[in-house]
Amino acid sequence: MITIENLTKRYGATAVVDGVSMEIAGNSLTVIVGTSGSGKSTLLRMVNRLVEPSSGRVLIDGHDTRDEPAHLLRRRIGYAIQGHGLFPHRTVAENIATVPRLLGWDAGRIRARVEELLRAFQLDPAVYAGQLPHQLSGGQQQRVGVARALAVEPALLLMDEPFGALDPIIRAKAQEDLLEVRRRFGTTIVLVTHDMDEAFRLGDRVAVMSEGRVLQYDRPAVLLTRPADPFVSRMTGIAGRALRLLTLISAGEAAIPGAGDGPEVVASATLHDVLSELVWRGVDSVRVVDADGTPRGRLTVAAILARGRP
Amino acid sequence: MRRAANVLRIVALGALLAFLLTPQSFARLFAPFTEYGAPPIYDQGNLLTLALAQLGTVLLAAAASSLVAVGLGILVTRPSGAEFLPLSRTLVNIGQTFPPVAVLAVAVPLVGFGLKPTLIALFAYGLLPIFENTMVGLKTVPAAVLEAASGMGMSARQRLLSVELPLAMPLILEGIRLSLVISVGTATIGSTVAAKGLGEVIIAGLLSNNTAFILQGGLVTGLMAVLLYDALAGLERRLCARAHIE
Repeated sequence: MITIENLTKRYGATAVVDGVSMEIAGNSLTVIVGTSGSGKSTLLRMVNRLVEPSSGRVLIDGHDTRDEPAHLLRRRIGYAIQGHGLFPHRTVAENIATVPRLLGWDAGRIRARVEELLRAFQLDPAVYAGQLPHQLSGGQQQRVGVARALAVEPALLLMDEPFGALDPIIRAKAQEDLLEVRRRFGTTIVLVTHDMDEAFRLGDRVAVMSEGRVLQYDRPAVLLTRPADPFVSRMTGIAGRALRLLTLISAGEAAIPGAGDGPEVVASATLHDVLSELVWRGVDSVRVVDADGTPRGRLTVAAILARGRP
Repeated sequence: MRRAANVLRIVALGALLAFLLTPQSFARLFAPFTEYGAPPIYDQGNLLTLALAQLGTVLLAAAASSLVAVGLGILVTRPSGAEFLPLSRTLVNIGQTFPPVAVLAVAVPLVGFGLKPTLIALFAYGLLPIFENTMVGLKTVPAAVLEAASGMGMSARQRLLSVELPLAMPLILEGIRLSLVISVGTATIGSTVAAKGLGEVIIAGLLSNNTAFILQGGLVTGLMAVLLYDALAGLERRLCARAHIE
Protein backbone atom coordinates (compact mmCIF):
# COMPACT_ATOMS: atom_id res chain seq x y z
CA MET A 1 0.00 0.00 0.00
CA ILE A 2 2.82 2.36 0.89
CA THR A 3 6.24 2.02 -0.64
CA ILE A 4 8.95 4.18 0.86
CA GLU A 5 11.94 4.30 -1.49
CA ASN A 6 15.27 5.47 -0.19
CA LEU A 7 13.78 8.42 1.65
CA THR A 8 16.28 10.95 2.99
CA LYS A 9 15.85 14.28 4.73
CA ARG A 10 18.81 16.51 5.34
CA TYR A 11 18.96 19.66 7.42
CA GLY A 12 22.28 21.19 6.52
CA ALA A 13 24.88 18.46 6.77
CA THR A 14 22.89 16.16 9.04
CA ALA A 15 20.68 13.45 7.62
CA VAL A 16 17.72 13.30 9.97
CA VAL A 17 16.28 10.46 7.92
CA ASP A 18 18.88 8.48 6.04
CA GLY A 19 17.94 6.33 3.07
CA VAL A 20 14.91 4.59 4.54
CA SER A 21 13.09 2.02 2.43
CA MET A 22 10.04 0.15 3.63
CA GLU A 23 6.93 -1.56 2.35
CA ILE A 24 3.78 -1.14 4.38
CA ALA A 25 0.99 -3.54 3.59
CA GLY A 26 -2.64 -2.52 3.36
CA ASN A 27 -4.91 -3.05 6.36
CA SER A 28 -1.94 -3.35 8.70
CA LEU A 29 -0.87 -1.43 11.76
CA THR A 30 2.78 -0.48 11.51
CA VAL A 31 4.51 1.12 14.45
CA ILE A 32 7.67 3.15 14.02
CA VAL A 33 9.49 3.28 17.31
CA GLY A 34 12.66 5.03 18.37
CA THR A 35 14.15 7.48 20.82
CA SER A 36 13.89 11.26 20.42
CA GLY A 37 15.85 12.47 17.45
CA SER A 38 15.74 9.11 15.70
CA GLY A 39 13.89 10.68 12.78
CA LYS A 40 10.65 8.77 13.25
CA SER A 41 8.37 11.82 13.22
CA THR A 42 10.17 13.27 10.23
CA LEU A 43 9.78 9.99 8.39
CA LEU A 44 6.06 9.96 9.10
CA ARG A 45 5.65 13.53 8.00
CA MET A 46 7.34 12.81 4.71
CA VAL A 47 4.57 10.35 3.91
CA ASN A 48 1.99 13.12 3.84
CA ARG A 49 4.48 15.73 2.69
CA LEU A 50 4.34 17.95 5.72
CA VAL A 51 8.08 17.62 5.29
CA GLU A 52 9.44 17.44 1.77
CA PRO A 53 12.13 14.78 1.30
CA SER A 54 15.63 15.78 0.24
CA SER A 55 15.72 12.66 -1.90
CA GLY A 56 13.76 9.48 -2.43
CA ARG A 57 10.06 9.08 -2.90
CA VAL A 58 6.88 7.70 -1.40
CA LEU A 59 4.38 5.69 -3.39
CA ILE A 60 0.86 5.22 -2.10
CA ASP A 61 -1.03 2.53 -4.02
CA GLY A 62 1.51 2.92 -6.77
CA HIS A 63 1.13 6.69 -7.14
CA ASP A 64 4.02 8.99 -6.35
CA THR A 65 2.90 11.40 -3.65
CA ARG A 66 4.49 14.25 -5.53
CA ASP A 67 2.08 13.87 -8.44
CA GLU A 68 -0.47 16.18 -6.88
CA PRO A 69 -0.44 19.31 -4.67
CA ALA A 70 0.47 18.38 -1.12
CA HIS A 71 -2.66 19.79 0.48
CA LEU A 72 -4.89 17.71 -1.79
CA LEU A 73 -2.94 14.58 -0.94
CA ARG A 74 -3.40 15.24 2.74
CA ARG A 75 -7.16 15.41 2.47
CA ARG A 76 -7.13 11.71 1.73
CA ILE A 77 -4.80 10.79 4.57
CA GLY A 78 -5.90 10.88 8.17
CA TYR A 79 -3.49 12.65 10.52
CA ALA A 80 -3.64 12.57 14.31
CA ILE A 81 -0.97 14.11 16.50
CA GLN A 82 0.03 14.40 20.10
CA GLY A 83 -1.80 17.29 21.64
CA HIS A 84 -4.60 16.57 19.12
CA GLY A 85 -4.50 20.08 17.65
CA LEU A 86 -8.25 20.56 17.86
CA PHE A 87 -9.36 23.98 16.66
CA PRO A 88 -10.20 25.82 19.88
CA HIS A 89 -12.62 28.16 18.15
CA ARG A 90 -14.73 25.45 16.57
CA THR A 91 -17.16 23.01 18.12
CA VAL A 92 -16.52 19.27 18.21
CA ALA A 93 -18.85 18.77 15.25
CA GLU A 94 -17.17 21.55 13.27
CA ASN A 95 -13.75 20.11 14.04
CA ILE A 96 -14.72 16.67 12.79
CA ALA A 97 -16.38 18.23 9.74
CA THR A 98 -13.17 19.95 8.65
CA VAL A 99 -12.04 17.63 5.88
CA PRO A 100 -15.55 16.79 4.67
CA ARG A 101 -16.09 20.52 4.25
CA LEU A 102 -12.81 20.87 2.40
CA LEU A 103 -14.01 18.11 0.07
CA GLY A 104 -17.35 19.81 -0.47
CA TRP A 105 -19.67 17.27 1.15
CA ASP A 106 -23.23 18.48 1.61
CA ALA A 107 -24.45 19.44 5.04
CA GLY A 108 -26.68 16.41 5.55
CA ARG A 109 -23.93 13.95 4.76
CA ILE A 110 -21.53 15.79 7.05
CA ARG A 111 -24.00 15.78 9.91
CA ALA A 112 -24.68 12.08 9.54
CA ARG A 113 -20.98 11.27 9.45
CA VAL A 114 -20.23 13.42 12.50
CA GLU A 115 -22.91 11.62 14.50
CA GLU A 116 -21.71 8.23 13.33
CA LEU A 117 -18.15 8.96 14.37
CA LEU A 118 -19.08 10.45 17.73
CA ARG A 119 -21.08 7.35 18.55
CA ALA A 120 -18.24 5.10 17.41
CA PHE A 121 -16.01 6.84 19.96
CA GLN A 122 -18.62 6.65 22.73
CA LEU A 123 -19.42 10.36 22.71
CA ASP A 124 -23.15 11.11 22.72
CA PRO A 125 -23.72 13.50 19.78
CA ALA A 126 -26.56 15.25 21.56
CA VAL A 127 -24.19 16.18 24.36
CA TYR A 128 -20.83 16.63 22.68
CA ALA A 129 -21.40 17.80 19.11
CA GLY A 130 -21.93 21.42 20.13
CA GLN A 131 -19.23 21.61 22.78
CA LEU A 132 -15.94 23.40 22.42
CA PRO A 133 -12.65 21.52 22.86
CA HIS A 134 -11.78 23.23 26.12
CA GLN A 135 -14.95 21.84 27.64
CA LEU A 136 -13.81 18.24 27.11
CA SER A 137 -11.51 16.10 29.18
CA GLY A 138 -8.10 15.13 27.81
CA GLY A 139 -9.26 11.67 26.87
CA GLN A 140 -12.33 13.03 25.09
CA GLN A 141 -10.23 15.55 23.19
CA GLN A 142 -7.92 12.80 22.05
CA ARG A 143 -10.86 10.74 20.83
CA VAL A 144 -12.27 13.71 18.91
CA GLY A 145 -8.83 14.18 17.36
CA VAL A 146 -8.83 10.62 16.04
CA ALA A 147 -12.47 10.91 14.94
CA ARG A 148 -11.56 14.03 13.03
CA ALA A 149 -8.72 12.18 11.31
CA LEU A 150 -11.13 9.44 10.23
CA ALA A 151 -13.89 11.78 9.03
CA VAL A 152 -13.67 10.88 5.35
CA GLU A 153 -12.82 7.22 6.00
CA PRO A 154 -9.28 7.52 4.65
CA ALA A 155 -7.53 4.35 3.59
CA LEU A 156 -4.44 5.53 5.45
CA LEU A 157 -4.13 6.98 8.93
CA LEU A 158 -0.92 8.54 10.21
CA MET A 159 -0.49 9.04 13.93
CA ASP A 160 2.35 10.84 15.66
CA GLU A 161 2.53 9.91 19.35
CA PRO A 162 -1.26 10.28 19.57
CA PHE A 163 -1.51 8.82 23.07
CA GLY A 164 1.52 10.52 24.54
CA ALA A 165 -0.34 13.02 26.67
CA LEU A 166 -2.82 10.56 28.18
CA ASP A 167 -2.68 8.97 31.59
CA PRO A 168 -2.10 5.18 31.63
CA ILE A 169 -5.72 4.13 32.11
CA ILE A 170 -7.11 6.29 29.32
CA ARG A 171 -4.13 5.40 27.21
CA ALA A 172 -4.90 1.69 27.38
CA LYS A 173 -8.52 2.38 26.44
CA ALA A 174 -7.44 4.61 23.55
CA GLN A 175 -5.15 1.87 22.25
CA GLU A 176 -8.00 -0.62 22.40
CA ASP A 177 -10.23 1.81 20.54
CA LEU A 178 -7.61 2.13 17.84
CA LEU A 179 -7.49 -1.63 17.37
CA GLU A 180 -11.28 -1.60 17.16
CA VAL A 181 -11.16 1.15 14.53
CA ARG A 182 -8.74 -0.93 12.55
CA ARG A 183 -11.01 -3.96 12.79
CA ARG A 184 -14.06 -1.98 11.77
CA PHE A 185 -12.76 0.16 8.95
CA GLY A 186 -9.77 -1.81 7.72
CA THR A 187 -7.66 1.36 7.71
CA THR A 188 -3.93 1.08 7.17
CA ILE A 189 -2.34 2.73 10.18
CA VAL A 190 1.19 4.00 10.65
CA LEU A 191 1.89 5.08 14.19
CA VAL A 192 4.97 6.70 15.63
CA THR A 193 5.84 6.28 19.30
CA HIS A 194 8.77 6.10 21.66
CA ASP A 195 6.93 3.62 23.86
CA MET A 196 8.00 0.05 23.20
CA ASP A 197 5.07 -1.40 25.16
CA GLU A 198 2.72 0.46 22.88
CA ALA A 199 4.58 -0.78 19.82
CA PHE A 200 4.30 -4.35 20.95
CA ARG A 201 0.70 -3.96 21.95
CA LEU A 202 -0.49 -2.43 18.69
CA GLY A 203 1.90 -3.31 15.89
CA ASP A 204 1.54 -6.02 13.31
CA ARG A 205 5.02 -4.97 12.29
CA VAL A 206 7.39 -2.72 14.13
CA ALA A 207 10.21 -0.62 12.69
CA VAL A 208 12.97 0.37 15.10
CA MET A 209 14.68 3.61 14.13
CA SER A 210 17.88 5.12 15.34
CA GLU A 211 19.79 8.10 13.97
CA GLY A 212 17.74 8.28 10.83
CA ARG A 213 17.98 4.63 9.88
CA VAL A 214 15.59 1.72 10.25
CA LEU A 215 17.53 -0.94 12.09
CA GLN A 216 14.90 -3.63 11.87
CA TYR A 217 11.41 -3.85 10.49
CA ASP A 218 9.54 -7.05 11.28
CA ARG A 219 6.92 -8.67 13.43
CA PRO A 220 7.38 -7.89 17.11
CA ALA A 221 8.24 -11.49 17.98
CA VAL A 222 11.10 -11.48 15.49
CA LEU A 223 12.45 -8.25 17.00
CA LEU A 224 12.70 -10.13 20.27
CA THR A 225 13.95 -13.49 19.07
CA ARG A 226 16.22 -12.36 16.23
CA PRO A 227 17.29 -8.76 16.88
CA ALA A 228 19.25 -7.35 13.96
CA ASP A 229 21.21 -4.91 16.07
CA PRO A 230 22.23 -4.52 19.72
CA PHE A 231 20.24 -1.27 19.74
CA VAL A 232 17.10 -3.20 18.89
CA SER A 233 17.56 -5.57 21.79
CA ARG A 234 18.32 -2.62 24.06
CA MET A 235 15.10 -0.95 23.00
CA THR A 236 12.99 -4.05 23.44
CA GLY A 237 14.74 -4.69 26.71
CA ILE A 238 16.94 -7.66 27.44
CA ALA A 239 15.93 -8.10 31.06
CA GLY A 240 12.25 -8.64 30.38
CA ARG A 241 12.37 -10.18 26.94
CA ALA A 242 10.83 -13.52 27.84
CA LEU A 243 7.90 -11.82 29.50
CA ARG A 244 7.58 -9.44 26.60
CA LEU A 245 7.40 -12.38 24.25
CA LEU A 246 4.53 -13.69 26.34
CA THR A 247 2.61 -10.45 25.73
CA LEU A 248 2.47 -11.35 22.08
CA ILE A 249 0.64 -14.63 22.49
CA SER A 250 -2.97 -14.90 23.53
CA ALA A 251 -4.33 -17.53 25.87
CA GLY A 252 -6.63 -18.75 23.12
CA GLU A 253 -3.69 -19.36 20.76
CA ALA A 254 -1.69 -21.31 23.36
CA ALA A 255 -4.54 -23.21 24.98
CA ILE A 256 -4.05 -26.95 25.24
CA PRO A 257 -7.20 -28.75 24.26
CA GLY A 258 -8.99 -30.59 27.00
CA ALA A 259 -10.75 -29.95 30.25
CA GLY A 260 -8.83 -28.15 32.92
CA ASP A 261 -9.15 -26.95 36.44
CA GLY A 262 -8.51 -23.73 38.23
CA PRO A 263 -9.79 -20.20 37.63
CA GLU A 264 -11.10 -19.02 34.25
CA VAL A 265 -9.24 -16.66 31.94
CA VAL A 266 -10.53 -15.14 28.70
CA ALA A 267 -8.99 -16.37 25.47
CA SER A 268 -8.07 -12.82 24.51
CA ALA A 269 -5.82 -12.33 27.54
CA THR A 270 -2.09 -12.40 26.88
CA LEU A 271 0.05 -15.18 28.31
CA HIS A 272 1.89 -12.47 30.21
CA ASP A 273 -1.28 -11.51 32.05
CA VAL A 274 -2.31 -15.14 32.56
CA LEU A 275 1.06 -15.96 34.07
CA SER A 276 0.78 -12.97 36.32
CA GLU A 277 -2.62 -14.18 37.48
CA LEU A 278 -1.27 -17.68 38.15
CA VAL A 279 1.56 -16.29 40.24
CA TRP A 280 -0.80 -14.02 42.11
CA ARG A 281 -3.17 -16.80 42.98
CA GLY A 282 -0.50 -19.39 43.59
CA VAL A 283 -2.18 -21.96 41.34
CA ASP A 284 -0.71 -24.10 38.64
CA SER A 285 -3.34 -24.15 35.92
CA VAL A 286 -6.25 -22.25 34.47
CA ARG A 287 -9.20 -22.86 32.19
CA VAL A 288 -9.34 -20.81 28.99
CA VAL A 289 -12.76 -19.63 27.87
CA ASP A 290 -14.08 -17.37 25.15
CA ALA A 291 -15.77 -14.09 25.94
CA ASP A 292 -19.13 -15.81 25.86
CA GLY A 293 -17.99 -18.59 28.16
CA THR A 294 -17.31 -21.38 25.65
CA PRO A 295 -14.39 -23.44 26.90
CA ARG A 296 -11.26 -23.31 24.74
CA GLY A 297 -8.92 -25.49 26.71
CA ARG A 298 -6.45 -25.15 29.52
CA LEU A 299 -3.06 -23.73 30.35
CA THR A 300 -0.41 -24.57 32.90
CA VAL A 301 2.55 -22.59 34.19
CA ALA A 302 4.92 -24.99 32.47
CA ALA A 303 3.10 -24.63 29.14
CA ILE A 304 3.26 -20.85 29.40
CA LEU A 305 6.92 -20.84 30.34
CA ALA A 306 7.71 -22.99 27.33
CA ARG A 307 6.19 -20.30 25.12
CA GLY A 308 8.49 -17.70 26.56
CA ARG A 309 11.50 -19.18 24.88
CA PRO A 310 12.40 -18.22 21.34
CA MET B 1 -20.54 46.35 39.55
CA ARG B 2 -21.90 46.04 36.06
CA ARG B 3 -24.90 48.20 36.92
CA ALA B 4 -22.57 50.95 38.20
CA ALA B 5 -20.50 50.78 35.01
CA ASN B 6 -23.61 51.07 32.84
CA VAL B 7 -24.83 54.05 34.83
CA LEU B 8 -21.49 55.76 34.38
CA ARG B 9 -21.59 55.09 30.66
CA ILE B 10 -25.01 56.59 30.28
CA VAL B 11 -24.11 59.62 32.36
CA ALA B 12 -20.92 60.24 30.39
CA LEU B 13 -22.65 59.83 27.04
CA GLY B 14 -25.53 61.98 28.19
CA ALA B 15 -23.23 64.74 29.37
CA LEU B 16 -21.28 64.68 26.13
CA LEU B 17 -24.36 64.80 23.92
CA ALA B 18 -25.96 67.50 26.05
CA PHE B 19 -22.88 69.64 25.75
CA LEU B 20 -22.50 69.13 22.01
CA LEU B 21 -26.17 69.76 21.26
CA THR B 22 -26.82 72.65 23.65
CA PRO B 23 -23.43 74.06 24.51
CA GLN B 24 -24.73 77.36 25.73
CA SER B 25 -26.55 75.71 28.61
CA PHE B 26 -23.18 74.95 30.11
CA ALA B 27 -22.09 78.58 29.96
CA ARG B 28 -22.30 79.09 33.69
CA LEU B 29 -20.13 76.01 34.29
CA PHE B 30 -17.28 77.38 32.22
CA ALA B 31 -17.63 81.02 33.12
CA PRO B 32 -15.20 80.86 36.10
CA PHE B 33 -12.45 79.84 33.69
CA THR B 34 -12.60 82.99 31.59
CA GLU B 35 -11.17 86.43 32.14
CA TYR B 36 -12.26 89.94 31.14
CA GLY B 37 -15.67 88.80 29.94
CA ALA B 38 -14.42 86.43 27.24
CA PRO B 39 -17.08 84.04 25.86
CA PRO B 40 -17.33 80.94 28.09
CA ILE B 41 -18.46 78.65 25.27
CA TYR B 42 -16.65 78.30 21.95
CA ASP B 43 -18.66 80.27 19.43
CA GLN B 44 -16.54 80.32 16.29
CA GLY B 45 -17.92 77.02 15.07
CA ASN B 46 -20.47 74.34 15.80
CA LEU B 47 -19.02 72.02 18.48
CA LEU B 48 -21.06 69.04 17.33
CA THR B 49 -19.86 69.41 13.74
CA LEU B 50 -16.28 69.71 14.91
CA ALA B 51 -16.56 66.63 17.11
CA LEU B 52 -18.07 64.56 14.33
CA ALA B 53 -15.47 65.81 11.87
CA GLN B 54 -12.71 64.73 14.22
CA LEU B 55 -14.32 61.34 14.70
CA GLY B 56 -14.65 60.92 10.98
CA THR B 57 -10.99 61.74 10.41
CA VAL B 58 -9.95 59.27 13.07
CA LEU B 59 -12.09 56.46 11.68
CA LEU B 60 -10.81 57.00 8.17
CA ALA B 61 -7.18 56.98 9.29
CA ALA B 62 -7.79 53.94 11.49
CA ALA B 63 -9.32 52.01 8.62
CA ALA B 64 -6.26 52.69 6.51
CA SER B 65 -3.81 51.87 9.31
CA SER B 66 -5.65 48.66 10.12
CA LEU B 67 -5.60 47.49 6.54
CA VAL B 68 -1.93 48.19 6.04
CA ALA B 69 -0.74 47.06 9.48
CA VAL B 70 -2.71 43.81 9.49
CA GLY B 71 -1.60 43.13 5.94
CA LEU B 72 2.02 43.74 6.88
CA GLY B 73 1.62 41.63 9.99
CA ILE B 74 0.33 38.72 7.92
CA LEU B 75 3.10 39.17 5.37
CA VAL B 76 5.97 39.03 7.80
CA THR B 77 4.64 35.92 9.54
CA ARG B 78 4.61 33.94 6.29
CA PRO B 79 7.72 31.92 5.48
CA SER B 80 8.20 33.90 2.28
CA GLY B 81 7.78 37.24 4.02
CA ALA B 82 9.94 36.65 7.08
CA GLU B 83 12.84 38.56 5.59
CA PHE B 84 10.71 41.70 5.47
CA LEU B 85 10.27 41.74 9.21
CA PRO B 86 13.17 44.06 10.11
CA LEU B 87 12.22 46.53 7.37
CA SER B 88 8.56 46.52 8.30
CA ARG B 89 9.35 46.98 11.94
CA THR B 90 11.59 49.91 11.17
CA LEU B 91 9.00 51.63 9.02
CA VAL B 92 6.25 51.14 11.53
CA ASN B 93 8.46 52.33 14.36
CA ILE B 94 9.40 55.44 12.46
CA GLY B 95 5.72 56.12 11.99
CA GLN B 96 5.33 56.05 15.75
CA THR B 97 8.40 57.90 16.89
CA PHE B 98 8.26 60.64 14.28
CA PRO B 99 6.11 63.26 16.06
CA PRO B 100 2.77 63.63 14.30
CA VAL B 101 3.23 67.38 14.26
CA ALA B 102 6.45 66.89 12.34
CA VAL B 103 4.70 64.56 9.91
CA LEU B 104 2.16 67.32 9.35
CA ALA B 105 4.92 69.80 8.66
CA VAL B 106 6.44 67.46 6.07
CA ALA B 107 3.13 66.45 4.50
CA VAL B 108 1.63 69.91 4.03
CA PRO B 109 4.01 71.08 1.26
CA LEU B 110 3.30 67.79 -0.49
CA VAL B 111 -0.48 67.42 -0.21
CA GLY B 112 -1.69 70.79 0.99
CA PHE B 113 -3.62 71.79 4.11
CA GLY B 114 -6.67 70.31 5.74
CA LEU B 115 -7.76 66.68 5.93
CA LYS B 116 -5.06 65.02 3.81
CA PRO B 117 -1.93 65.77 5.87
CA THR B 118 -3.86 64.98 9.06
CA LEU B 119 -4.85 61.59 7.70
CA ILE B 120 -1.25 60.87 6.77
CA ALA B 121 -0.02 61.78 10.23
CA LEU B 122 -2.69 59.72 11.99
CA PHE B 123 -2.14 56.81 9.64
CA ALA B 124 1.58 56.67 10.34
CA TYR B 125 1.08 57.11 14.06
CA GLY B 126 -1.49 54.33 14.28
CA LEU B 127 0.45 51.56 12.58
CA LEU B 128 2.60 50.31 15.43
CA PRO B 129 0.06 48.90 17.92
CA ILE B 130 -1.85 47.13 15.17
CA PHE B 131 1.24 45.71 13.48
CA GLU B 132 2.84 44.41 16.64
CA ASN B 133 -0.39 42.92 17.92
CA THR B 134 -1.12 41.24 14.61
CA MET B 135 2.33 39.68 14.63
CA VAL B 136 2.08 38.46 18.19
CA GLY B 137 -1.47 37.22 17.61
CA LEU B 138 -0.42 35.19 14.59
CA LYS B 139 2.75 33.87 16.21
CA THR B 140 0.96 32.62 19.30
CA VAL B 141 -1.44 30.33 17.48
CA PRO B 142 -0.66 26.93 19.07
CA ALA B 143 1.76 24.90 16.96
CA ALA B 144 -0.34 21.73 17.26
CA VAL B 145 -3.33 23.57 15.79
CA LEU B 146 -1.30 24.80 12.82
CA GLU B 147 0.19 21.35 12.30
CA ALA B 148 -3.25 19.75 12.38
CA ALA B 149 -4.64 22.32 9.94
CA SER B 150 -1.85 21.65 7.45
CA GLY B 151 -1.96 17.91 8.04
CA MET B 152 -5.66 17.77 7.25
CA GLY B 153 -5.15 19.33 3.88
CA MET B 154 -5.88 23.03 4.29
CA SER B 155 -4.07 25.18 1.78
CA ALA B 156 -1.97 28.02 3.20
CA ARG B 157 -4.74 30.49 2.40
CA GLN B 158 -7.43 28.37 4.05
CA ARG B 159 -5.25 27.96 7.08
CA LEU B 160 -4.75 31.71 7.34
CA LEU B 161 -8.43 32.55 6.96
CA SER B 162 -10.01 29.71 8.95
CA VAL B 163 -7.49 29.17 11.70
CA GLU B 164 -4.77 31.79 12.11
CA LEU B 165 -6.74 35.01 11.71
CA PRO B 166 -9.73 33.96 13.83
CA LEU B 167 -7.43 32.88 16.64
CA ALA B 168 -5.35 36.06 16.37
CA MET B 169 -8.46 38.24 16.19
CA PRO B 170 -8.68 39.23 19.87
CA LEU B 171 -5.16 40.63 19.81
CA ILE B 172 -5.63 42.31 16.45
CA LEU B 173 -8.86 43.97 17.57
CA GLU B 174 -7.13 45.06 20.75
CA GLY B 175 -4.41 46.71 18.69
CA ILE B 176 -6.94 48.46 16.49
CA ARG B 177 -8.84 49.69 19.49
CA LEU B 178 -5.70 51.08 21.07
CA SER B 179 -4.63 52.75 17.88
CA LEU B 180 -8.05 54.27 17.32
CA VAL B 181 -8.37 55.71 20.77
CA ILE B 182 -4.91 57.24 20.78
CA SER B 183 -5.77 58.74 17.42
CA VAL B 184 -8.79 60.53 18.84
CA GLY B 185 -6.53 62.64 21.02
CA THR B 186 -3.80 63.01 18.44
CA ALA B 187 -6.27 64.21 15.83
CA THR B 188 -6.51 67.55 17.56
CA ILE B 189 -3.22 68.56 15.96
CA GLY B 190 -4.97 68.53 12.62
CA SER B 191 -6.35 71.93 13.46
CA THR B 192 -2.87 73.40 13.11
CA VAL B 193 -3.18 72.71 9.39
CA ALA B 194 -6.81 73.75 9.10
CA ALA B 195 -8.38 70.33 9.37
CA LYS B 196 -11.83 70.43 10.91
CA GLY B 197 -11.74 69.23 14.49
CA LEU B 198 -11.82 70.08 18.17
CA GLY B 199 -8.22 71.13 18.00
CA GLU B 200 -9.32 74.55 16.83
CA VAL B 201 -11.22 75.01 20.09
CA ILE B 202 -8.09 74.26 22.06
CA ILE B 203 -5.91 76.41 19.83
CA ALA B 204 -8.36 79.31 20.02
CA GLY B 205 -8.20 78.97 23.77
CA LEU B 206 -4.40 78.98 23.77
CA LEU B 207 -4.21 81.99 21.48
CA SER B 208 -6.69 84.09 23.40
CA ASN B 209 -5.71 82.81 26.82
CA ASN B 210 -9.21 81.42 27.33
CA THR B 211 -8.99 78.44 29.67
CA ALA B 212 -12.66 77.65 29.16
CA PHE B 213 -12.08 76.95 25.49
CA ILE B 214 -9.08 74.75 26.25
CA LEU B 215 -11.13 72.79 28.76
CA GLN B 216 -14.01 72.32 26.36
CA GLY B 217 -11.84 71.08 23.55
CA GLY B 218 -9.90 68.78 25.88
CA LEU B 219 -12.89 67.40 27.74
CA VAL B 220 -14.94 66.61 24.67
CA THR B 221 -11.96 64.90 23.03
CA GLY B 222 -11.24 62.97 26.22
CA LEU B 223 -14.83 61.88 26.69
CA MET B 224 -15.08 60.77 23.08
CA ALA B 225 -11.93 58.72 23.48
CA VAL B 226 -13.11 57.04 26.66
CA LEU B 227 -16.57 56.25 25.33
CA LEU B 228 -15.14 54.92 22.10
CA TYR B 229 -12.70 52.72 24.01
CA ASP B 230 -15.50 51.34 26.09
CA ALA B 231 -17.86 50.77 23.17
CA LEU B 232 -15.20 48.99 21.16
CA ALA B 233 -14.31 46.78 24.10
CA GLY B 234 -17.92 45.69 24.30
CA LEU B 235 -18.07 45.04 20.57
CA GLU B 236 -14.85 43.05 20.72
CA ARG B 237 -16.19 40.90 23.54
CA ARG B 238 -19.38 40.17 21.70
CA LEU B 239 -17.62 39.35 18.42
CA CYS B 240 -15.18 37.01 20.09
CA ALA B 241 -17.85 35.27 22.12
CA ARG B 242 -19.87 34.63 19.00
CA ALA B 243 -16.85 33.10 17.27
CA HIS B 244 -16.02 31.00 20.33
CA ILE B 245 -12.71 32.80 20.79
CA GLU B 246 -11.52 33.86 24.21
